Amino acid sequence: MQPLRFATAGSVDDGKSTLIGRLLYDARAIQEDQLAAVERASLRRGTAQLDLSLLTDGLEAEREQGITIDVAYRYFATPRRKFIIADSPGHVQYTRNMATGASNADAVVLLADVTKGLLEQTKRHLQIARLLGIRHAVLFVNKMDLVGYAQRAFDKVRVQFEAFAAPLQFQTLDALPGSALLGDMVVERGESLSWYVGPTLLERLETLEAGAERAAAGPLRFPVQLVSRPQAGVPRGYMGRIESGHLLAGTEVVAFPSGRRTRVRQILQHGTEREIAVAGDSVTLVLAHDIDIARGDLIADPAHPPREARTLDVTLVWLGHEPLRPGGRYLVQQSSRRTLARVEPDGVVRLNDIARARLSLHAPLFVDSYEDVRASGCFILIDEATNHTVAAGLVQ
Amino acid sequence: MLPERNHLDWLESEAIYILREVAGQCQNPVLFFSGGKDSLVLLRLAEKALRPARFPFPLLHIDTGHNFPEVIAFRDRRAAELGERLIVRSVEDSIRRGSVRLRSKDESRNAAQSVTLMETITEFAFDAAIGGARRDEEKARAKERVFSVRDEFGQWDPRNQRPELWSLYNARVHPGEHVRVFPISNWTELDVWQYIARERLEVPSIYYAHRRPVVRRRGLLVPVTPITPPRPGETVEEISVRFRTVGDISCTCPVESYASNTEEIIEETMVARLTERGATRMDDQTSEASMERRKKEGYF
Repeated sequence: MQPLRFATAGSVDDGKSTLIGRLLYDARAIQEDQLAAVERASLRRGTAQLDLSLLTDGLEAEREQGITIDVAYRYFATPRRKFIIADSPGHVQYTRNMATGASNADAVVLLADVTKGLLEQTKRHLQIARLLGIRHAVLFVNKMDLVGYAQRAFDKVRVQFEAFAAPLQFQTLDALPGSALLGDMVVERGESLSWYVGPTLLERLETLEAGAERAAAGPLRFPVQLVSRPQAGVPRGYMGRIESGHLLAGTEVVAFPSGRRTRVRQILQHGTEREIAVAGDSVTLVLAHDIDIARGDLIADPAHPPREARTLDVTLVWLGHEPLRPGGRYLVQQSSRRTLARVEPDGVVRLNDIARARLSLHAPLFVDSYEDVRASGCFILIDEATNHTVAAGLVQ
Repeated sequence: MLPERNHLDWLESEAIYILREVAGQCQNPVLFFSGGKDSLVLLRLAEKALRPARFPFPLLHIDTGHNFPEVIAFRDRRAAELGERLIVRSVEDSIRRGSVRLRSKDESRNAAQSVTLMETITEFAFDAAIGGARRDEEKARAKERVFSVRDEFGQWDPRNQRPELWSLYNARVHPGEHVRVFPISNWTELDVWQYIARERLEVPSIYYAHRRPVVRRRGLLVPVTPITPPRPGETVEEISVRFRTVGDISCTCPVESYASNTEEIIEETMVARLTERGATRMDDQTSEASMERRKKEGYF
């Protein structure tokens, strides 16, 4: 089974760190020395309870301020599946880091304090998660112990959540009640929520579809990363990862920007021939005809080709500390391809803003809408002067 | 029906993708190779990513002068088998130049590696350095990007990391700066051993159980060597141990073990109650933030 990558966002107040701590602890992914270190640190800080947030906040500044500044990655596995958690910051000023965590996630796990309902910040996280292409959202309605595990209190938050999230069109949307502190419905069911018949958080995560599984059903997109010259009896090959779709030896393909068609003669993985390769596989393709293909070119399905674009209407998540320079020149990186673009936004665009813009491209890009094919519908903007990544972009 | 891929396939494919991005984007990369298990996995991944061509980067080891001889011999043999160029630079040379000054002759040279490493990066003008660090090892590493920018002093600025979206890695740096690249960021200790088993990779003998004289110090088993002699009052025992991590002798400890092959190590790893570094490293236990501070100073 493919690993599931999920992002969590929220603040310590919602109990996010406690939830992650609980998940890791009950899934037996926390070792004794880590726990001992947290105990020592909790004592030093004068906290009476074991402060599980000390497990997830790794930087000195984070521990001093009691907030999450940047994404931390955590790993655990059950007999069914491997999980990668991108534990992301909740504060608006660190949206750029939250975007880093969300861009690769298959699912987002959000928290609501049952006594407070759905917060504005949580709504924003849902929007950004959806914007970045996450298809599965799970809301863990936390602190049920504070309301005597009352179903009515849970239903109130669930209805609020469903009303807000419905227009965002997630593929799956789940709300479940629980207590991270006491461990109800995280890994174990506990004894207090007998009226709830759905899965625990972990059970839900074990069955969600990973992005790579979905991508395999899409149209073939194979961005060329490197060209391997013929040598030692091995013919010229094009190295890259299948970002969408699948292919078989003999499959007809088209190469962009040349537009030339040919067939796949061989699929190689470390010198061994394969009959089939699917989205997620890093392979080397040998083609039937010698056509001019370089890094940055795209090998695709001729029946469902990408769109050739000189101008692009896009959504930007602005990540640069300096505002966007309207009409300014930026480097665009899309798949393995780079070109220059002039960027005309709809208005003033500052750090953490989400904005519409039009890109005029120096050389064509071969794109899909982000909703259709995640890998060829996304790009970043780089400021040539600073080399910083200043925006995440989505093709409309 | 499309073929299913398991988590090792997925991790391998991601790492190959990252290595190919380094080859495609960087002018003058280098790969850190110590002879340890993580860097051996990196070399196998580099073969899968880049063969039949030769690697577009040399291998580099920063030798503290306090390494296990089995590992150094293994390092040299593996580099020769691959037919790739191995550069070795030693902390000893930095001490002679005066750029590393130790308080005492026996002080751990682990942190001093950063100085020699930066001197080497400047000497060769490397713009990218590929390493086998993993996010599950330590909480500062859990925060680091796959492509992690270091300034001209080799420093990591954890409060101002470059956003890293999707698989769109930005390796652009100014002259004098470089990126550290970690292709196995998302691997755990268990993944590494499962991969070693699957690929039948050879690793240095000290990873498997062997009898070795040790002393017990602050909950760790400290190997007795000329560099790390027993202290007055300590009792030397000879017990069956293996190393979970292999680094500078002065700060690397073995664990008690009877695992004589990869399958047995996998079983032990699955039920281990201590983390890899917690069970074995003296240098990480000085404070909550030892690794973060070392990394800010250019440590790998």
